[in-house]
Amino acid sequence: MAIPAIEFEGLTKDYFVGFWRKRPRRALDALTFQVDQGEIFGFLGPNGAGKTTTLKLLMGLTFPTAGAARILGCPLDDVRMHRDIGYLPEQPYFYDYLTARELLDYFARFFGFGAAERRERVSRFLEMVGLGAAAGLPLRKFSKGMLQRIGIAQAILHDPQVVFLDEPMSGLDPVGRREVRDIILNLKQQGRTVFFSTHILSDAEMLCDRVAVLLNGKLEGVGSPEQIVAIEGQGSEILAELPAGRDLPSLLAAHATRTGSRYRLEVAEPDLYDALDALRACGARILSVTQLKPTLEDYFFKLVGRQKPAPFAVETVER
Amino acid sequence: MAWVVAINTFREAVRDRVLYNLIFFALLMMAAAVFVGQISVGIERIVIVNLGLSAISLFGLVMAVFIGVGLVYKEMDKRTLYSLLSKPIRRSEFLLGKFAGLLLTLAVNTALMTLGLAAALFYVSRAFARADFSILVAVYFILLELALVTALALLFSCFSTPLLSIAFTLSLCVAGVLAPDIRSLGPITGSRPIEAVTTLLYYALPNFSNFNFIAAAAHGRSIPLSLIFENSAYAAGYVAVILLVAAATFSNRNLK
Repeated sequence: MAIPAIEFEGLTKDYFVGFWRKRPRRALDALTFQVDQGEIFGFLGPNGAGKTTTLKLLMGLTFPTAGAARILGCPLDDVRMHRDIGYLPEQPYFYDYLTARELLDYFARFFGFGAAERRERVSRFLEMVGLGAAAGLPLRKFSKGMLQRIGIAQAILHDPQVVFLDEPMSGLDPVGRREVRDIILNLKQQGRTVFFSTHILSDAEMLCDRVAVLLNGKLEGVGSPEQIVAIEGQGSEILAELPAGRDLPSLLAAHATRTGSRYRLEVAEPDLYDALDALRACGARILSVTQLKPTLEDYFFKLVGRQKPAPFAVETVER
Repeated sequence: MAWVVAINTFREAVRDRVLYNLIFFALLMMAAAVFVGQISVGIERIVIVNLGLSAISLFGLVMAVFIGVGLVYKEMDKRTLYSLLSKPIRRSEFLLGKFAGLLLTLAVNTALMTLGLAAALFYVSRAFARADFSILVAVYFILLELALVTALALLFSCFSTPLLSIAFTLSLCVAGVLAPDIRSLGPITGSRPIEAVTTLLYYALPNFSNFNFIAAAAHGRSIPLSLIFENSAYAAGYVAVILLVAAATFSNRNLK
């Protein structure tokens, strides 16, 4: 059986806050799950959920209060394992006195590549992230999006087995986001594992084999995006058309969106047939009935307590 | 891996125009060479060597302290360290590289200033004497002193802000220069405990007076080989201990 790419075993991190009397604040609470090799794994959560803390623990930038984690079977303090991993920090910042080419060459030296191989890799990866034309530009002149791109290049420059990306789409325009998505998919095709944190849920939904959702440092769920959102059916959308001179019953109309003679209604799953009967009774022609598929965003909103308005319930209409 | 960091640290210093201080040194040496003959008769060499070596020491000290205190702090503050530490490099190797990089910068700076001093000396003396070799030994001692200061600044840089680190490092430098006086203070008080404390302080503090041979070099006095070895061993030992403490501190530090 293949070694998991990443294993979390009760990983916990407390920060101490306060000036005189330091009190512990739990940033990460007994995180336990694993990521298999070859997966694209999304690490989701709102700001302050503990995503960056988790990545910093994995990179050995901070140390756990309790628990442990392993990458490719190696403990986190094993620096040799770093040959097989790449990391893009959140809002990366690099030595601004270096050019893009010099920065990548500098990082490539840590992997023992010879001069010719460094030159080839640096050029190839600069082109890959769309910075070929800016290779000789000092990093102090880079925009946020360009820094993000050079950050991604340095993370994958040495063909790592596991790539950790902290908010990789941050600061990128739509073209840049598309390019990064392609890079991530390309890494998966090469059999590499990608573990990335994001709060752009559409990206996670589009890319990830599995996701984990973190809230206030606690793991709320792990699974495929479909599994995560399949909590319950949210309802159906009915498109109906009324003949001229006919109106929807007032209670139904209050919850419908009208465009010309067409009406759009969202109904909860148990109320679908009652709503259809009510529409037929008032002479409506049913144009379509579509099941509303819940998105990761719906799940996310529900989780953080900012739930979207509930679908319209028919029984209130009938009364 | 430390050498990769060292070369980059050197490159950073050069691109930050740190070596521009050489222009001030060159101007100082030129002015001294021109005016020293007019205001002093027969002691031109002494004045030039004294002034030159003191300037080399001072310029080096300022560089070592002000760059040294930011070596690690700046990388933590700007988070450039995040990407670097995800590469196969230990924190102790990173520290060693930072130390070596600044030392290399100081060595290049000192070597170029020494050339400036030699040119000024040649201008006033019209020839080099055998006794001038002691100037090179004095320069070497200045470099040893700078290595100690760099290590101290680096240590403070691992856990403190630059401003506090400057204060700590300069305080230790002053205390280190006064180390022999602190030791002689103990017996004067006649108190055994105080004597024990002052003796302890004498051995614990970096003894910078060991490295001050500017006056001897200015007067052309030879410096015994044994002293060169002793000072080299003392500096190497002291630097090694400070770097070990710095590595232990930094290796356990949670980065913000």
